[in-house]
Amino acid sequence: MASKINLNQVYVVSEDVVVREIEGELIIVPIAAGIGDMEAELYTTNEIGKIILYKFDGKQSLADIAEDLSVEFAAPLAEIERDVLGFVTELAKRKMLIMVN
Amino acid sequence: MVYIQHKKINQYELFSGGKLTLLHIDIELTERCNNNCIHCYINQPQNDPVNKSREMNTDFVKSVLLQAAELGSLSVRFTGGEPLLREDFQELYIFARHLGMRVILFTNATMITQELCQLFSRIPPGKPISITVYGMHASSYDAIVARKGAFDEFWHGINLLQKYNIPFEVKQSLLPQNQSEIPEFEAFVATLPNMHYEPGYSMNFDLRARRDNSAKNSIIKGLRVSPQETLAMLTRDPEKYVKEMRKFASKFMGHPDDRLFSCGAGLETCVDAYGIAQMCMLLRHPDTVYPLNPESHQKRHPDTELKPLKYALTKFFPRVRQQRSRNPDYLNRCARCFLMGLCDQCPAKSWEEHGTLDTPVEYLCEIAHAKARFLGLINEGEKAWELEEEIWKARLNNFISDSKS
Repeated sequence: MASKINLNQVYVVSEDVVVREIEGELIIVPIAAGIGDMEAELYTTNEIGKIILYKFDGKQSLADIAEDLSVEFAAPLAEIERDVLGFVTELAKRKMLIMVN
Repeated sequence: MVYIQHKKINQYELFSGGKLTLLHIDIELTERCNNNCIHCYINQPQNDPVNKSREMNTDFVKSVLLQAAELGSLSVRFTGGEPLLREDFQELYIFARHLGMRVILFTNATMITQELCQLFSRIPPGKPISITVYGMHASSYDAIVARKGAFDEFWHGINLLQKYNIPFEVKQSLLPQNQSEIPEFEAFVATLPNMHYEPGYSMNFDLRARRDNSAKNSIIKGLRVSPQETLAMLTRDPEKYVKEMRKFASKFMGHPDDRLFSCGAGLETCVDAYGIAQMCMLLRHPDTVYPLNPESHQKRHPDTELKPLKYALTKFFPRVRQQRSRNPDYLNRCARCFLMGLCDQCPAKSWEEHGTLDTPVEYLCEIAHAKARFLGLINEGEKAWELEEEIWKARLNNFISDSKS
């Protein structure tokens, strides 16, 4: 799945995980079978991932998200696109994101 | 770059050391039960209309769960009574899981259905289901739960959980009717994939937590094992017991002075079936509980912006925890007794036994002294609270330091 990810795709957070923000820290809690060791493990993102994750609305493509963030943070688009693709790759391989288009 | 990390919960600084207001919440969904265990401290009849009508409705429970999640809670224990009696159990379960909370279900397993197992397969609880076993045969099981056919229902539930590979753990209530079945129970435990540790036994049963049935209290007292029998169970592997107690003693021994709450009561909470926040699962003394009903909360504290659960945890319980004993009996005994870590004396037990927060409970005192004699901390005939500080400290140090030699 990771090799097929491209900027034209649209993603939404899977219903098999719950995203919680606790004291400023973003925690991803698996709630369905087959994602991680549910009894003992939690997933957390770095600061970049946290910013990107909130953009997944099932409507915007990864390119749109990258462009938004590039403007919002006045950062080079190519750099942001690399971060978005990297982050999506990590989430998608854990089935935490679902492609909707 | 690494965008996502996965860690064990105990590796998160956020979830250790009291950084969050609430890490876990207990919710008693009902006091009603389909069993009528001879030793039970809480149960009400399954179809009791009065108790049923007083219970939190679905929205109220959801509001409590939501407040707990907002405070950081990562898990909820649904207990009772028998929580599966609630017609909205599945709805509440799914709601809690979608808040990102793990669910610990305390059940007798007699109401486990195929539909429930399918739900637990699709959305696992995240923690093993916790099941109390009352006997390994219908004769013992049905006698203890006072209901014919209950044993068959229990095994049906266990079989379903096993068929669907739903993780569960078991513990046993040790009663005269099933005492001879320990080897059989432990052989069963050895076949369970989630039981990587020895099963727990409850045997020093609590009296009625609502102080509502003196006749039943007399029965419960008669079913408790003696201090010597308690010790015999605890020391079935004496070396292991001593080793564990050495570690334990290095942290938890000493006397509580006049503090009433040397335990963790009120640092977390148990919400009873009627929406009242308690400091622990047992303590129902009216001066120590806080109703979570929004109208009641608003009336009591019209100026606060805190939601009821946060108010209970951050304002009300801390005030209660500051209480000091003024009971001379407690001050002369428990307050001066260094066996704190071996003794289950606490405000909840005092409430159940005597209707106060600080009356010594003789039965618990005798058990603590039996343990201390076994460990060599006191001699025959000595009362721990009568020992001079330098004597008990020296004995304690000797006991603890033996583990380092």
